[in-house]
Amino acid sequence: MNHSQPQGADYNYTVVRQFALTTVLWGIVGMSVGVLIAAQLIWPQLNFDTPWLTYSRLRPLHTNAVIFAFGTSALFATSYYIVQRTCQTKLFAPKLAAFTFWGWQAIILSAVITLPLGITSGKEYAELEWPIDIAITLVWVCYAIVFFGTIIKRTTSHIYVANWFFGAFIITVAVLHIVNSMAVPVSLWKSYSLYAGAVDAMVQWWYGHNAVGFLLTAGFLGMMYYFVPKQAGRPVYSYRLSIVHFWALIALYIWAGPHHLHYTALPDWTQSLGMVMSLILFAPSWGGMINGIMTLSGAWHKLRTDPVLRFLVVSLSFYGMSTFEGPMMAIKTVNALSHYTDWTIGHVHSGALGWVAMVSIGSLYHLIPVLYGHGRMYSTNLVNVHFWLATIGTVLYIVSMWISGVMQGLMWRAVNSDGTLTYSFVESIEASYPFYFVRFLGGCFFVTGMLIMAYNVFKTVKAPKESLPALAEA
Amino acid sequence: MDYGTIQGIITIVVMFTFIGIFAWAYSSRRKDQFDEAANLVFSEDELNKGSGEHK
Repeated sequence: MNHSQPQGADYNYTVVRQFALTTVLWGIVGMSVGVLIAAQLIWPQLNFDTPWLTYSRLRPLHTNAVIFAFGTSALFATSYYIVQRTCQTKLFAPKLAAFTFWGWQAIILSAVITLPLGITSGKEYAELEWPIDIAITLVWVCYAIVFFGTIIKRTTSHIYVANWFFGAFIITVAVLHIVNSMAVPVSLWKSYSLYAGAVDAMVQWWYGHNAVGFLLTAGFLGMMYYFVPKQAGRPVYSYRLSIVHFWALIALYIWAGPHHLHYTALPDWTQSLGMVMSLILFAPSWGGMINGIMTLSGAWHKLRTDPVLRFLVVSLSFYGMSTFEGPMMAIKTVNALSHYTDWTIGHVHSGALGWVAMVSIGSLYHLIPVLYGHGRMYSTNLVNVHFWLATIGTVLYIVSMWISGVMQGLMWRAVNSDGTLTYSFVESIEASYPFYFVRFLGGCFFVTGMLIMAYNVFKTVKAPKESLPALAEA
Repeated sequence: MDYGTIQGIITIVVMFTFIGIFAWAYSSRRKDQFDEAANLVFSEDELNKGSGEHK
């Protein structure tokens, strides 16, 4: 079944394969919707006067598709793979694992249908209405049973650090989802939050920021702690640091949410607490990044020949960049400039494209040949082309949003000597047009890379067994 | 005991918990154990090649 490991049949790869392939599919769908809404900001007529295609309905579709369809499928695939390999045992309850795959796809499809119809609970990154929320809870509990069941029946004495990160991600996302989705249904497709006013806002951003911290960070760090050492061919730089990294990161992230609500009705002390906790968070974030990058010490030359490793290392560089930028933007005086501007969008995509997507893509390029019994992808050159498209796309995106965002912040706060505003809001939008175009271009680069990946994956999956041997070490 | 005192105590407890985790992770007694754990990503292949019955 597997080139380097004849007994690979011992492991349950079916569900891993399914999630790995849907990761590529949903990545293309979610990112294409992103490019469409980026184009709508330049050419508004691209909604074709159809309610289902308006920005307001497609934007949540884009975020849900990239976070919960693309990102979470990547997490399912890699966590099921890593937990089996590092615990040296088969997946617990394989039927339940199959259910998590089909259940999760059904949830994604229901999002693809309901969001364009305008069915939404209106909470950012938690827009799906209550019947879908219940289904998510059900699938997630099954995911937890499969994952922790596999850990319990492990044949190794130690639980490898990647599994600690995946475990924290699974438990915390369950808690966040259940608490934030508490609602009073008034009909099948409409409900209202159980919380009111500032409390509702606080619960929402406690959820929102920890979706970033645990789904988009902890889970992907689990990926990093397995695939970076594996691809570099050497154990992680410091296992001890990884333990301190884990406990410090999960203990701090949970407090950072209030930085989304600076200068709002939220009590002032809560805002300051959120700011301080966000600043401290810088330490474990960079501890983890350094641990990942230093794993390559003594193997730096591999970066010259191995585009897969390049994906992983550049993703860590973007992770370091955005986890420096994040605490900085959480400082109240900086936030006074950056909040509600495109700078925030740039920051999110520095993390989402640079870190989350690139570490997932790198991991998939390692994973897919193994799953289909090959030593390498169909074309290493195309992996390299994808790497450059993804890097250039990300840089175009975040640089244009930085400039646009800082410009917007400065224009909005500019006042004349008599106290009136210097610029109207529309003037700031007009000034942003060129940057919206550069952002659109960056998105096109990134999606093109994903299409090349889909072709490369297709050719790898279809290739006859053993026809793609690993390349000799340079 | 007023609220401020409780907060102070919690801060100290959390601080010592963190120092405890740090000391635990970096104690020289656990070095070998952690080196072995760090190599789990590689031992999977060898173990599987070694025994066909391996689960």
